[in-house]
Amino acid sequence: MLRVDRLSAWYGEAQALREVSLEVAEGEIVTLVGRNGAGKTTLLRCLMGLHGKTSGTIEFLGEDITALGPHRRARRGLGYVPDDRGVYATLTVEENLLLPPVSGKDAWPLERVYETFPRLRERRRFPGTKLSGGEQQMLALARVLRTGARLLLCDEPTEGLSPLIVQQIGDILREVKAAGVTVLLIEQNVHFAATVADRHHLIAEGRIVESMDNAEVRAREHELLDYLGI
Amino acid sequence: MLEQAFNGLVSGSFYALLALGLAVIFGMLGVVNFAHGAFYMLGAFGAFILLDSFGVNFWVALFVVPIVLGLAGIALERLFIQRLAPLDPLYNFLLTFGLALILQDVVKHRYGVQSQPYPRPFGGSIDLGLFTYPAYQVFVLAVSLAVCGTVWLVLTRTRVGMIVRASTERPELTRALGIDVARWVSPVFGFGIALAAFAGVLAAPMRAVNPLMGADLIITVFAVVVIGGLGSVFGSVAAGFAVGLVSALGNLYVPALSQTLVFILMAAVLLWRPAGLFGREEAL
Repeated sequence: MLRVDRLSAWYGEAQALREVSLEVAEGEIVTLVGRNGAGKTTLLRCLMGLHGKTSGTIEFLGEDITALGPHRRARRGLGYVPDDRGVYATLTVEENLLLPPVSGKDAWPLERVYETFPRLRERRRFPGTKLSGGEQQMLALARVLRTGARLLLCDEPTEGLSPLIVQQIGDILREVKAAGVTVLLIEQNVHFAATVADRHHLIAEGRIVESMDNAEVRAREHELLDYLGI
Repeated sequence: MLEQAFNGLVSGSFYALLALGLAVIFGMLGVVNFAHGAFYMLGAFGAFILLDSFGVNFWVALFVVPIVLGLAGIALERLFIQRLAPLDPLYNFLLTFGLALILQDVVKHRYGVQSQPYPRPFGGSIDLGLFTYPAYQVFVLAVSLAVCGTVWLVLTRTRVGMIVRASTERPELTRALGIDVARWVSPVFGFGIALAAFAGVLAAPMRAVNPLMGADLIITVFAVVVIGGLGSVFGSVAAGFAVGLVSALGNLYVPALSQTLVFILMAAVLLWRPAGLFGREEAL
C-alpha cells in the first residue's frame, strides 16, 4: 500500500532523514519508535508532503505521489493526525470534523463518529480547543476516519494521555484495522505499541536501524525503554 | 455629545470596512497590505472619474468600482504577492508599500493634491429623536454595519467561511487535511481590496477626494487592526467602531489629544493584551 524508497530530508544543511526505505502492507499497523529528534515526525511530514527539502520516492496505492501537494495526497486517502493534534480553535468541534473532504468509500458518517465518541456530540458546538487533551486526540482521529482515509499517519496519539484514554485509543486502532484501514504510528510507549501493532521500526539519527516484531519488542521492552530514555 | 458619538460611529464605519479587509488578508496570506489605503483612495477616485468623465452615478459606482478594483487585487496577488510569499514577509511589505506610493503619485500627477468635488447621491436629514442627522451619513453607517454583518455570517455559517477560518489559523495543516488553500488566497485578497474600494466610494460624497485621503486614514486603520487583534475579523470590526467613537469623543473633550488618542489606546491595549483584544497569542 505504501512504499517509501530512499527518502532523505533536510532542514537547511542538516540532514534529518537518511535514505529511509520502508513498506507498509494494506491492513497493517506499523509503528515508528525512536528518541526525540530521530526523524520520526519528519518522516510523517514527508509522507504528507509537508516537508520542502526531500529526495527519494513515495508510492501510495501503486501511484508515485512524491510530487503531489499535501491536499492531493489527503484526497487520495492519506489521513494525517499531527503531533499537536491539530485541533482548530476558530472552528467548533463539529466544524473540525466536517472540514476535511471525504476521500474514500469507507468514510464514517457523522452519526457513527458521534456514536463512537459521545463526548464529541455533547461538545459539538464548542470551540475545538475547549476539549480536554484526550478529547482533542479523539477528535483528531475521528476527523480522519470521517474522510474514509485508507492510511492513517498518527504522530504519537497517546502522548501525555491517561492510561484509560490510551486504552480507548488502542481499541479504536484495533477497530479500524479490523475494518481494513492501514496505520503508520509514531509511538514511544513500546508496551502499548506491542498491543496494537504488527511490526515496529526503530529510528535513530534519520535511519531505520532495526525492525522488530511484537515478540521481540516484548522481550526487549526494558532495554528499549532505557534506550528511549523513558 | 450624542451627535459627536454618532459622528464617531460614522468614521468608525470606514475604519471597520478597511480593517476587515486588512484582517482577512493578513489572516490568510500573512501579508500586511500597506497598499490598502491606496485602494480606498482609488475607490473614491474611481467614483469621481466615473461621474466626471462618463456621467455614471453613485449607485452604479458603488457596485462597479469595488468589482473592478477587486479584480485588480486578484491580478496583483497572482502576479506579484504570490511570488514573494515564500520569501521573508519583508518583501511583501516593501512591495505593497512601494505600490501605495506609486498609486498615490500617479493620481497626484493627474489630479493634483486639491480635493475633487463629489455630490451627495441624496440630501435631506433624518430625525433621530434627540438630534437630526444628515441622511447620507445614516446610510453609510447602516450599509457598513450590514456589510460587516454579512461578512461575519459568511465566515461563521458557511463552508467557505469555515475553510477561510481554518486556512487562516493553520494553513499547512489545512492543506494536509485535503483543502487546496492556494485556491482561496487570491479571491480572499481580491475581496479585501474590494472592501477597501467600497469604503472609498462610500467616502467620496462626504470626505475630501484627494490622493492622500488613503494615506491619512490607513495609519489609524493599522492601529485599529492591532487593537482588534491581528487577523481577527470580529476584533477588527469591533475595534473599528470603537476607535471611531473614542476619537470623536476625544475630539470633544480633549481636542489637543484628538490625533494621538488612538495610539494611546493602542499602547494601553497592547500592554494589557499583547495579542490585541480578540487576537490569539499564537497568531503572533
